[in-house]
This record gives sequence, structure tokens and C-alpha cells, in this order.
Amino acid sequence: MHSQEIISFKNVHKIYKTGPVIYEALKGINFSIKQGEFVAIMGPSGSGKSTIMNILGALDLVSSGEYKLKGKPIDSYDEDSLAEIRNKEIGFIFQSFNLLPRTTILKNVERPMMYAGIPALEREKRAMEALSMVGLESKAKNQSNHISGGQIQRVAIARALVMNPSIFLADEPTGNLDTKTAEEVMSFFIELNKKGHTIILITHEENIADFAKRIIRVKDGLIDSDKKNGKKK
Amino acid sequence: MNFIELFLLAVSALKNNIVRTILTMLGIIIGIASVIIIISLGQGATQSIVGEISKFGANILTVSPGKIQRRPGLSGGSGTTVDTLVEADLKALNELPNVSQVSGLVSTNKQIIFDGATNQTSISGTDETYAVMHELSFSQGSYFTDSQVATRSKVIVLGDEIVVELFGEDTQVVGESVRVDGKTFRIVGVVENGSSAYVPISTAQKILLSQNYFNGIEVLITDSQLVESMTTTIEDMMLLQHKIDDINDADFSIRSSQEMVDSISSVTGTLSALLSGIAAISLVVGGIGIMNIMLVTVTERTREIGLLKAIGAKRRDILLQFLIEAIVVTLAGGVIGSSLGIAITFLATKLLSIPFVVSLTSILLALGVSAVVGIIFGWYPAKKAAELQPIDALRYE
Repeated sequence: MHSQEIISFKNVHKIYKTGPVIYEALKGINFSIKQGEFVAIMGPSGSGKSTIMNILGALDLVSSGEYKLKGKPIDSYDEDSLAEIRNKEIGFIFQSFNLLPRTTILKNVERPMMYAGIPALEREKRAMEALSMVGLESKAKNQSNHISGGQIQRVAIARALVMNPSIFLADEPTGNLDTKTAEEVMSFFIELNKKGHTIILITHEENIADFAKRIIRVKDGLIDSDKKNGKKK
Repeated sequence: MNFIELFLLAVSALKNNIVRTILTMLGIIIGIASVIIIISLGQGATQSIVGEISKFGANILTVSPGKIQRRPGLSGGSGTTVDTLVEADLKALNELPNVSQVSGLVSTNKQIIFDGATNQTSISGTDETYAVMHELSFSQGSYFTDSQVATRSKVIVLGDEIVVELFGEDTQVVGESVRVDGKTFRIVGVVENGSSAYVPISTAQKILLSQNYFNGIEVLITDSQLVESMTTTIEDMMLLQHKIDDINDADFSIRSSQEMVDSISSVTGTLSALLSGIAAISLVVGGIGIMNIMLVTVTERTREIGLLKAIGAKRRDILLQFLIEAIVVTLAGGVIGSSLGIAITFLATKLLSIPFVVSLTSILLALGVSAVVGIIFGWYPAKKAAELQPIDALRYE
């Protein structure tokens, strides 16, 4: 199981055109990630790490090269199929605006299952299970704007968890948190990884990247280094 | 996602912005309420007028003097030839088959005076048969008799509304006298739910009007099925009687009460349609308001849409979510507008004392129209939301 390749980037280029301006964000990225890995993709702003994350998350498509998820190139999919991939294969945790405003925590966690057509009773059961895994079952009926930043990230993890995705894709998940809360949130990722989930973490913070087992450093649209994390926390 | 879930999502989204939702609905509420009020009041008024005409009886044909205007222009009205209906016509009509009763008719407007109290009203001079033809019912006394008609008795039958004005409520008035044109008339009967007065036709002709012709002759046909064929029979007979060859030169016209009902219904129908059309404009304005607000909502919720797309919402999910939101607004507006319209109609009919009629069709139509307004004006904003690229929506500041 652990050796199965889940993600592969082959010579991935991404070019943005804004009017006459052409900007090459990715200039030929190659890497692969196996089932159960915990990878941090690091780099300063403008390095291309966010572009990688968007492509990984099927939010954006490559300009050239190939991105395979579970052995299948996803470039050829239409919009609805991409939506389905985001729904079933990828669990997003964003830096901010993770939760639907004016909606209860429970309904937030249930939402991806609604799009997957899972019946209401099962949805609630699975959402409550996921919430109890991140220790927030007591807040299920709270409105999403009545909880703390750390709790919001934990709800986002629970929401990703309910669909049992192939990868957890976290984009600066601790960017808005203080160090202590950030470490708390990271501990949930470690736990998920221990259970065999694949985690990809996008960050520019060294101390956060140190939670991962492998660190891919990106610079100017190219991979600068890709190695095991010796300092792993 | 199924429709119930989408509906619940829409309701909760709208509840979160309740003031805006209500303001958005207002256009639809006003539009739908106006349409309901106009249609219902129109129907009520029609029913009230038709009811009045129906009192004439469905089997009654009225022969009126004057030609029917068949040529364009202002001439040829009834004004020039009003004295063409005479006693001989009445007799001839009485002898036709399938005619059960005939009554001559003259009418005038006079003041009735009792002890200083006056009442301006229409006074009809009729034969004794009139009461039977029109199925008049009496709260006091009865109609005048054929001998009273024959002897030009100065007797009068009053509608109960006149009696209340002249004598007050619950007064026995049979046997009392009132004055009309300086002449004394003895009251012989009081008609229920009436506002007119009746005197023998002979009395009206000789004493009140000094004329020997009729303003109309009413013919009661034995069977309502025969009304149409009898119209032709009477027409032929009258042409013969008046020695006229061409129907276009006829100096009389024949109408059934059904014809009057039809023509009035068509007039009120046209009027209602016209006014509803004007009210419908406010629906369009309301719809544009909804489109405007929905566009603002979509812009406001761009990041939310991005998030939804990131967690698996398809184009269709987003489209339906916003479309259903628009439809819920307009439908709720339709329901509130209908209720408001019905309530206002109820009060208005009480004030105008016309029957309160609210047709199910008009309500269903109003709700249907409001849903359609929602679909039409919600479509563009919903499509705009659905077509947002997830990455652009997520990056939106």
C-alpha cells in the first residue's frame, strides 16, 4: 500500500497570460508522492508553490507536462469531473475563508457529502464522527463565525476527513494562527498521517514544514531541493 | 443535491439577510397584490352588475325604440325615433306564440316627497305583469293590479331603500301617500332590495309624462331555449308591424339580458386585462430588482462559491442554489402579495359593497408568474455564479 504512487508531476509548466504579459509560474516541475507520505512544499512567495497547490487540487490545469492523480492524468477531465475529483480525492484546508459563513459547523462538514449525494442521516453520522476526531463534536451546532481560528482549521480538517480523500491538501493552514495553536493543528495532521493518510502541506514557514517527513523546496518555478526532513518534529 | 436540500439552503441564505430579502421581495409583493386586487375587484364588479341585470330575468327580451347603429358616425342613435313603440306593438307581441307575459315600460326620474322628506329616484311605469316577469318579492303589500292599470290609478310601489329614506326603518307604509310631481300617490306595496319606484304604465304615460308611447316593451319568453329564435320572430313581427322592409332601417332594437351580460362582461374583462397589464409592469420592475440584488449577492459570495467549488460543487449545484434562492424570494413574495391582495380586496369589497370574489385561477396564476419572474431574473446571476472558475473565485478579494 505504502509504495503506491498517488501523485506524479512530469515536466509541469504553468503559464499565465494577463493581456500582453506572459508569466511562467512553473518551469518544468517533476516529483511524485506515494500513498501515506507527509510532504511539505516550501518556498517564498512568488516561487510557484501556490500554483503547484492549485494544480494538485484540480483547481487549475497545467499548461504543459502531465499531472497524474492515482495514475490517471487529470488534464483531460471536463469541469464536472474535476469537481468530482475535488469532492472525492482531495481534502482542502485553506489558510483563510475555510468555512461557509452563517452556517453551523455541522452543516459545513456535511457540505462535501451533500455534493456527493450521501443521504442526510449518514451525512450527519459521518460529520459527527469526524468532528469528534478533531475534538469539536460539542461545537457541532455552533455557527462557524462563533469559533476560534484554531477551531476553524480543525473543522476544515474534519470536513476534509468525511470524504476520506486520497490527499489532504493544506495551504498555509497555520498562517493565521499563533505558534501554540499552530502546533495543535499540526498535531492533527501528524495523527492523520499516522493513520495512513497522505498529507501535502504548502507553507513558507520552516517550523511548520518541519512537521513533514519530506520537504520539497520550490524557487522561481523550479524545484530547488527535494529531500527527507532530517529535523522532523 | 436534491431540491429539498437546495430549498433549505436557499431559505437559510435568505434568512441570513432578512432585511435585504424583504426589500427585494417588495417589488414582487406589490406587483402580485395589485394584479390580484384588480382581477378580483373586476370580477366582483362584473358579478355585481351581472347580478343586477339578471334580475331582469334571463328569459326576457327587451324591445327598445330607435335603430341599432349599424353605420359609423354619430348619427343614427336612438334619440331621433323614441316614440315608435306604441300600444299596437304591445298587443301584437302579446299574441305571439311562446310569449307568456308582455309589459310596456316607461321610465323617468322624479322626486318622491313624504312629509318634507324627499327622494330622487327612477320611476318605472309598468303593466301589472312586470312583478311576475321580474319575480319581485314584497315586504309589504303587493304590486298594483290590472284594474288599477286600466283605471290609471295613482298608486305606487316603492323599493324598500326608498321607504327607509322617506319613512325610516320598520315602518308600515302601505296605505300612506307620497307626492310625485305635485300629485298624490297611494303606496300599495314595498319591494324587497329595491331602489326604484313603480307606477301603473297608464298613470305614468298620462299623468307623469304625457306621452302615449313606450320607452321599451319587455317580453317574457316561456323557455330560455327559445330566446334566440324568438328574437328573430319578434324582429320579423315588428318589421311587419312598422311596415319596414330592410332590417337596417329598423326603428327598434331587441336585446336579451344575456346580451347585456355578455357585453358588460367583455367591457369589464378588457378593463381588468388593461389594468393587470399595468400592474404586471411592477412585476417586471420587481424582477429587475431581484436580478440586481442577486448579482450583488453573487459578487459578495464569490469566495464562498470558490470554496464550494473546491469541496466538490459542480456548475449545476451552484446554478441551482442561486436560481432557487431567486425563486424562493419571488415565490414568497407571490404568497405574501396574494395574501395582501386578498385582504385588501376583502376590505375594498366591503367598502364598495360588491361581492367578494377571489378566483383560485388568479392566485395560481400569480404564484406561477412570480416563480417565472424568479427563473427569468435569477437565471443570469445564477449562471454567472456557476461559471466562476474555482481558482478565480478563491482568490477574489
